[in-house]
Amino acid sequence: MDTDTSDSGITTGTDGRDGALIRLDRVEKVFDVRRKTGFLRRERRRVRAVDSISFTVSRGEMVGYIGPNGAGKSTTIKMLTGILTPSGGHLRVAGIDPSRERTRLAQRIGVVFGQRTTLWWDLPLVDSYRLMHRMYRIPDARYAENLDRCVELLELGDLLDVPVRQLSLGQRMRGDIAAALLHDPEVLYLDEPTIGLDVVSKVRVREFLRDLNAERGTTVLLTTHDLSDIEQLCRRVMVIDHGRLMYDGPLTGLHEVGESERTLVVDLERELPPIDVGSARVVKVEGPRQWLAFPAAQSAAPLVARIAAAYPLVDLSVREPDIEAVISRMYAGKTTS
Amino acid sequence: MADRQQQRQRQRQGAPSPGFERVGRSRLMDGLRAYRLIAWMWVRSTMAYRASFAMTLLGNFAGTALDFVAILLMFSRVDELGGYGLGEVAFLYGLSSAAFGLTDLALGSMDRLGGRVRDGTLDTLLVRPAPVLAQVAADRFALRRLGRITQGLLVLGYALTVVDIAWTPVKVLLMPVMLVSGAAIFGAVFVAGGAFQFVAQDASQVQNSFTYGGTTLLQYPPTVFAKELVRGVTFVLPLAFVNWLPALYVLGLPYPLDLPQWVAFLPPLVAAGCCALSGLAWRAGLRSYRSTGS
Amino acid sequence: MKGAGRLYAAVAAGGFRRYATYRVATAAGVFTNTVFGMILAYTYIALWDERPGLGGYDQAQAVTYVWVGQGLLSVVAVMGGGFEDELIERIRTGDIAIDLYRPADLQLWWLAADAGRAGFQLLGRGVLPMVLGGLVFRLALPGDAGTWAAFLGAVLLGVLVSFAIRYLVALAAFWFMDGAGVQQLAVLAGLFFSGMTLPLNVFPGALGELARVLPWSSLIQVPADVLLGERTGWALLRTYAFQAAWAAGLLALGRLIQSAATRRVVVQGG
Repeated sequence: MDTDTSDSGITTGTDGRDGALIRLDRVEKVFDVRRKTGFLRRERRRVRAVDSISFTVSRGEMVGYIGPNGAGKSTTIKMLTGILTPSGGHLRVAGIDPSRERTRLAQRIGVVFGQRTTLWWDLPLVDSYRLMHRMYRIPDARYAENLDRCVELLELGDLLDVPVRQLSLGQRMRGDIAAALLHDPEVLYLDEPTIGLDVVSKVRVREFLRDLNAERGTTVLLTTHDLSDIEQLCRRVMVIDHGRLMYDGPLTGLHEVGESERTLVVDLERELPPIDVGSARVVKVEGPRQWLAFPAAQSAAPLVARIAAAYPLVDLSVREPDIEAVISRMYAGKTTS
Repeated sequence: MADRQQQRQRQRQGAPSPGFERVGRSRLMDGLRAYRLIAWMWVRSTMAYRASFAMTLLGNFAGTALDFVAILLMFSRVDELGGYGLGEVAFLYGLSSAAFGLTDLALGSMDRLGGRVRDGTLDTLLVRPAPVLAQVAADRFALRRLGRITQGLLVLGYALTVVDIAWTPVKVLLMPVMLVSGAAIFGAVFVAGGAFQFVAQDASQVQNSFTYGGTTLLQYPPTVFAKELVRGVTFVLPLAFVNWLPALYVLGLPYPLDLPQWVAFLPPLVAAGCCALSGLAWRAGLRSYRSTGS
Repeated sequence: MKGAGRLYAAVAAGGFRRYATYRVATAAGVFTNTVFGMILAYTYIALWDERPGLGGYDQAQAVTYVWVGQGLLSVVAVMGGGFEDELIERIRTGDIAIDLYRPADLQLWWLAADAGRAGFQLLGRGVLPMVLGGLVFRLALPGDAGTWAAFLGAVLLGVLVSFAIRYLVALAAFWFMDGAGVQQLAVLAGLFFSGMTLPLNVFPGALGELARVLPWSSLIQVPADVLLGERTGWALLRTYAFQAAWAAGLLALGRLIQSAATRRVVVQGG
């Protein structure tokens, strides 16, 4: 199956030959959707959940992995964590073939499933950490040090002795993130880490992840629906749809590809007909307030100057583009071409 | 950090590759260790509801005792069942119940696997550095299941006081061997049932009919059942080796099928074979889960 | 009133459909019932070989009793596992407070859902074990439609009694932090006193008399007796009255406790 013997586990450096911590080379995952027609199981429909994806992630990167539901995001994460076996291609995480050496890989990665806590419901939070301590065979000193750090930065001090069932969603998420980091993983996978969290918790979680990445150099790969997560955390974004990698690059580039627009919200003194200033077009009028769309790459300053000169301006604000819309526009472009 | 990894890497390359047996044994030790850790967490979790624990322990005891009460009620109306007296039936009952109780204590939540596959929580076990089977086996470990073992052993104790057995050293030795082998045979059924749930997530009941059904069957004398059924549980699904065959040797009673006497000593071998087969089934099940993710 | 009827009919239909979606589970359940039916049938044959006419049954009737029991086990939910798990969960999480503000009656709502479940279990899990049992053993099934209709009536009342008991069990969650213990006790009592473990007419002396007047006898023993032709004419009416009285009494008790529990929720502020 795997013909590339020169790159199989043992002989590769932990980081691969070029510093890549995660390396995917034409990775595929094909599911057979079985349809039973008697005893002969020949009637099968093949679904390509992941269709020949290649990318590398270097140590210390923080990457956002986004796409609509069913695009192949979680299938990819499951292959990277060794839960699923790829149907084809080549895959290495820290030099390890995840599907073959699942338990060895487990020592070196941390995983947080946003909607499924791995904490012990009826026990005080700290008990879950003690289990991690022993299950991952973390040396006592490291454990104490890591726990102290997480407790301090994630503000878990008052929660350690509280049964998990009594924690709020945000507290539980912070608890889960700490649990995934006690064994010093080199890679942290986060699946929807801010889903359902209140604003304060979101901010705290994001700050923590930024610090973790900056200070410890932990590589972070996160999937999310909340695009502000990515805006605030990731310099690099990968967009997947229909099992294919549609975009891989900086967030700003995504705007260009998707021809995204920013919005200028203008409050005038009174209701007026739609503003007419060349490069921006009015998309909405509501009483004295008007919404103008203009290309994201273009500066807002000249536009504002022109409006201020010609209209009785009271207030204005600029809204960043809605990336979800950008992505959907991008999909539309790809599918029609 | 990178230094440390390179060092580790060098160590890996330099060390001679460990023999298969050593890897196998360390996986077993890893599994047992993970099992112990997780089981202990569950014990502590249930202790969060102490009163409820006491009640469920009592309930487990009473629930299993109910089967025996039914047998007692039967014997309040008759003196023999299938040619067996109450003491002899109690002997079969105690052995079956105690062996099954041991398995139920160790692997009692295997039937939750299908649910874990369905709701996706199995994935959280797959990212841990421990064998999945050990983690699934320890899931919801419950000391209340000691109730069944206790009840089985009490009935067995009662049987030993009322039944006249011509004890020999071999028979004495056979008793604990029977219990452990029986528990292992039931364990193989549990694990195979778990493996089946990878394929059919809602079919945990099928497993129950072999496990709970099996122990119920073995509580009664083999003479009660049709020959085909007895053949089935002797040669196909070898539950008869849990207690019937060895117990009848101890009791000095004939087995309804024509079998040589030495089959009474086969339980350890049968258990080993069953465990090997169910281990293979488990691996196949897990592999199919990891390739289909469903 | 008419609208309310339509609401509960819809809830019942929902309960039916919900269980109908678990096809594999239903098949697995039928398999389990068949396996246990087999084992029990052989032990009863041995028992009636030893004592023909025990409890007023002949051997064919005894074997039939086994298969009726296996068929009804899930219909009258002797082992629980119907709506009550969900209701207990709602009580524990406090979601019950929302239910209390619904325009529907709490007890009727769950009754309708449970009736839908029972309807499906009767078709999905009741019929097949009996058919399979009939293939292997000689059964004493009635040939006339009247007895079958009378049997269905007794099953219907049995479901009602079963619901009333389980509703009380679920309401206990208002007072007990963890309802598992109460549930377990209820299952034990159900298994023993319904006649599931052994027909109640085989129970000796006072224990038998006691078991026969307790509500659980309505679940298995009474419907089985009706099907086996042991209750006809006035005896059938008396049987129905017995079941109906238990159903009415327990349902009323359920309402009483429900209103006490509701006050508790309101006082605690949900």
